[in-house]
Amino acid sequence: MENQKSKIGVYICHCGGNISDYVDIEKVKNLIAREEGVHLVNNMMFTCSDSAQVDIVNDIKENNLDGMVVASCSPKLHLLTFRDVAKRAGLNQYNYIHANIREQCSWAHSDKTELATDKAVRIIRAAISKVRLSETLEQIEIPAINTAVVVGAGVSGMRSAIELADQGTNVYLIEKDHFVGGRVSQWGKLFPTEEPGENLVERLYHKVKERENITLFTGAEIKAVNGSVGNFELDVHITPRYINGMCDEAIQDQVLKACHAEVDDEFNFGLTKRKAIYKNYPNAYPETPVVDMDLCDKCGECLKICDGRITLDQKEENISIKAGAILLNTGFDPYEPKEGEYGYKQVDNVITLQQFKRLIESNGDKLVYNGKKIRDIAYIYCVGSRDAKGENKHCSRYCCTSAIHTAVDAKTKFKNIRNYHVTRGIRTYGKQETLFTDSSRQGDTYFQFFEGAMPTVENENGKALIKVKDALTQNEDIEFTADLVVLVTGMVARKDENLVNIFKVPVGSDKFYNEIHNKLRPVETVIEGLFIAGGCQSPKNIRATMASTLAASAKANSLIQSGMIALEPIVAKVNPELCEWCGACDDLCTYNAFEKVEYEGKTVAKVNEAMCKGCGACTPVCPTNAIDVVSLSDTEIETMIDSFVRDVEFATTTTEEKADSFAEVVDFEKQVRVLPELSQRILDSLETEPKAIPDIAKELGVAADDVLYHLMSLRKYGMIKDTDEINEDEYYLYELKK
Amino acid sequence: MSDYQPKILVFSSEKISDPAIDLAGLLKKHYSPLVYNITLQCTSSVKPRWILHALRSGIDGVFIASDGTDCAYRSDCSDLTNKSIAKAQEVMKEKGIDLSRVKMAALCSVCADPFVNHMKSFSETLANLGSIKNEIGQKDG
Repeated sequence: MENQKSKIGVYICHCGGNISDYVDIEKVKNLIAREEGVHLVNNMMFTCSDSAQVDIVNDIKENNLDGMVVASCSPKLHLLTFRDVAKRAGLNQYNYIHANIREQCSWAHSDKTELATDKAVRIIRAAISKVRLSETLEQIEIPAINTAVVVGAGVSGMRSAIELADQGTNVYLIEKDHFVGGRVSQWGKLFPTEEPGENLVERLYHKVKERENITLFTGAEIKAVNGSVGNFELDVHITPRYINGMCDEAIQDQVLKACHAEVDDEFNFGLTKRKAIYKNYPNAYPETPVVDMDLCDKCGECLKICDGRITLDQKEENISIKAGAILLNTGFDPYEPKEGEYGYKQVDNVITLQQFKRLIESNGDKLVYNGKKIRDIAYIYCVGSRDAKGENKHCSRYCCTSAIHTAVDAKTKFKNIRNYHVTRGIRTYGKQETLFTDSSRQGDTYFQFFEGAMPTVENENGKALIKVKDALTQNEDIEFTADLVVLVTGMVARKDENLVNIFKVPVGSDKFYNEIHNKLRPVETVIEGLFIAGGCQSPKNIRATMASTLAASAKANSLIQSGMIALEPIVAKVNPELCEWCGACDDLCTYNAFEKVEYEGKTVAKVNEAMCKGCGACTPVCPTNAIDVVSLSDTEIETMIDSFVRDVEFATTTTEEKADSFAEVVDFEKQVRVLPELSQRILDSLETEPKAIPDIAKELGVAADDVLYHLMSLRKYGMIKDTDEINEDEYYLYELKK
Repeated sequence: MSDYQPKILVFSSEKISDPAIDLAGLLKKHYSPLVYNITLQCTSSVKPRWILHALRSGIDGVFIASDGTDCAYRSDCSDLTNKSIAKAQEVMKEKGIDLSRVKMAALCSVCADPFVNHMKSFSETLANLGSIKNEIGQKDG
């Protein structure tokens, strides 16, 4: 085949041992160097490090390479990193192919290192065969609507909407509930500002309403999504409030009294009842109450008092909206203990932390539950969390802080109560540690248990009897009674399978939405144009929620604000010589990507690149095999298969081959010594005496981080060693290994 | 059970089933090192000739890790992939190649355990069938 790449650079990553502990990198390197088209092979401690990237760029420029293979971790982590490296070196980014030898090799086969090495060779060979055939491609630009849909109008969703709107993006803010604020509106005072949650909600709501480019829909549920990044189309079902605007407060009170239909109030976690006409709380927003038509029996009593404003015949609506990007800010659910878990729903006075927060809010100056005055409160921590054998293995991080803050709040509001905390170790990290001090100063008592010896809660004469083996008093068995037991429960993923099905958003084993990469791409999903933020992604406090919200908003805005999105040129391509227009591809394509064109006196199919998503579903149905997906042609796939199958011949033990192998190792070592200039300067510096990292950095006039990186490489290759001695500033000293 | 170690070619999809294979590695869940993966945009693009090429080249079995209903491109992705498999199997039948050398299952992006289980059971099936080379050699050769 013509135009095959013939000067390919291959870069094999040790990943600091994640790969090289299981894959014999030197063997791989020696075998790969023999592959057709390979001009050079380099091993690197971390190919993704800044200094390694600079080395690769220099390699490409100096050797005029026409192809590059990076064999390292999953391309989901660093494909973009190395495409950028290629671009910086003047190499077309599609002449770089990534070989995943970590997730799909060294880690998966850490139990069979020889076979892992064999597999790494085959994987890299397949990547080389693909890069040899790679075309020079340019990205496809498609128009994007500068409108975002934000799903969920809790504090995260409202903050997202405000941020996007201020950056010039139009926003549809979709809230399933009839009131905004989500979970935060349910909490009382928030640490450390002591501002009530509903005030925070109120401020954000007014900011949302002030912005003309935000449209808020409440009682709105997304039913279907079509299209893709840049041009999503969403079907939204809207349930009306059945009330037109606010009426006089006194009349509102009369209407609420007249309504006789009742149900457990979800907002108060079932502690109270609400009517069919309701507001979550008096200052809930939007201000207009709502009629719950599932509960209303249309008795008409409310109409007699407030005729005209209550209109029970309002119709549900289905609307269609278009957007370039979607942000999911759908929040979390508090863990609901199972019946009998620490006496929940079996012992009368056992409630969850979230219920306790609502109880504090709804009580006046005395703390009363089920008609009984509360004095002694036991808090049992980590309920439904950190359960190694259960569903929720995670720690929600916020619950220790929230429980202690609530306990301090309760004691401040109701002077004579006593708090007993039964914990698995307190995690009031960062500035929240001051809360623990406050709690201790006010006289709260702490016990500690471990996973193997869980506390129990039993009913004893109308009170709760708590038994705990206390690690803080040398495992003494302690028993005490409490008027109220508060189960400190963490966060779990919302049960919104509907949204998961509609958006196809991946979920993790913890059931929370899954980002592309926990550290490097924490708010993007594998679905282009779909972002996640806040508690729907993982347990977060409000501060962490806001950080992820702002990140997701910025990513969404930067994607669509220019009105154009650069897409991968990985689309279907028709060979007009082979095409005889039968229409099979056109009939199958759901994106209308095919059009009829005339070619040398016959009608053939042509792909509209902006419409084509590159799925390739059309390729197997073509009777003349005229369609391929770019970079996934028959030749490319079949040569990759051949590369997997071809035998790997490792160095044998003949004297001659041993000598060859040794020579290659020596060559390799020479490259390590010569290629990274800083490594050589460090070695020169250590010739005189053992030195610490800061001293070397100062002497060479470089950053200590760079010295550290090169020292790690040199130590890995056995060229330097630790002296086990420290200098007067307590830094370890390194010396040459002779 | 046979000691034969079969080679398996997996066709996965970039956004859904390939992340599941990555996750299996991340969780250090082990399967046969003779499993090789080619990542596509969507498994509905698998051509029958690729399956046949793999088998002729010495791959003992082809596993298609379809997206099922999770496919970001099309809800009928598994049905379309099935059609390609059926076409490949028509040729396999003519050549006397055991049809169970091609298998498809839907994997979601976190289906690390199902992937590993599929690889283990498919390896066992193929080990019992023996090398594809013998099969092609006996029946086609």
